[in-house]
Amino acid sequence: MTHEQAKTLIGERFGGAQVEPASVPFTVTVPAAEWRAFASFAKDELGCRFFSFSTAVDWKEQGLEVVAKVDNVDTGLAILMKTKLGPGVSECQSLVPVFRGADWMERECYDMFGIRFDGHPDLRRILLGDDWVGHPLLKSYAVDTPYPPYR
Amino acid sequence: MEIKPPVPIIPAPIWRNIKDLQEWEQLHQKRPEGDKHSSAFEAITEGIHSFPGGFVVTTPADAFLNWARKSSVWPVTFGLACCAIEMMATFASRFDVERLGMVPWASPRHSDLMVVSGTVTIKMAPMLLRIYDQMPDPKWAVSMGSCANSGGPFRHGYHVVKGVDRVIPVDVYVPGCPPPPESLLNGLLLLQDQIAQFRRTGKRAAPNPKVD
Repeated sequence: MTHEQAKTLIGERFGGAQVEPASVPFTVTVPAAEWRAFASFAKDELGCRFFSFSTAVDWKEQGLEVVAKVDNVDTGLAILMKTKLGPGVSECQSLVPVFRGADWMERECYDMFGIRFDGHPDLRRILLGDDWVGHPLLKSYAVDTPYPPYR
Repeated sequence: MEIKPPVPIIPAPIWRNIKDLQEWEQLHQKRPEGDKHSSAFEAITEGIHSFPGGFVVTTPADAFLNWARKSSVWPVTFGLACCAIEMMATFASRFDVERLGMVPWASPRHSDLMVVSGTVTIKMAPMLLRIYDQMPDPKWAVSMGSCANSGGPFRHGYHVVKGVDRVIPVDVYVPGCPPPPESLLNGLLLLQDQIAQFRRTGKRAAPNPKVD
């Protein structure tokens, strides 16, 4: 599976996806509504069975962007999946029904960015304490937010 | 010819020859003019010195107890971050704090000292306080490295306690990022100096030129 073959397959199946085959890794930006469908397509059709990581980026007024990387360990094809949620939106489809390894990654995303993943079986904080207020990796989170008596 | 081991010659104390109280008092009355020590006192001293290896150093009780305390400071192993690597090097054979009487111990209930080595996060702070509370009094704490002193490079992070002295009282701060084993060793020696000045009464000790 080369990048060109993958680009052709993606273009046939997902018309709204933007593909950048020249970039390393191979970057695909899909609409948020097709997030899980693209993940299962990448797993079944493109052979990307290894879920590498998932994270998010806060682009301030442009809203949040969710990023995930999946690998085809047989052919070396690596796909960086991206989706923009849009301004003010913090809901996203969960990838846990497709990749079981996305569980804790999405919990961390929820912990740090406040993104609520629909379809996640156990969405709660993973790194910070349960009594934490706010989501610290958002740009709107003040760095010196007090936490008495320690901060 | 048979070789015998040397037999220690222990002189008999004088008071073995004293029959009764009158002789004892007589011994006191024979004290010469201008002499501060009676012969009885000399006899007692001689008796004490005649014990095998026996001699007495007179000292205030505080100084004796503090000597005992500072000679067996057992640090609880509490490694939090990269400073713990330097702490392990300090405890290992090259720098060898065991010659100072320090044994790294894995239980807070048998320890006197907590070396807080590394970044204290807000999530870790209650556990740190709990382990500190489990240590029996008297107890000391050494804050090792910039992170434990003030938050260090992570001071403006969202999850870092800005200095472990917001959680537990600290006796010695060791600067560095991370402090080399020599620095920590110097801090532990300063702590021993500080323990030597320890008072149970709660009065402030006189300023120590090495520490204060």
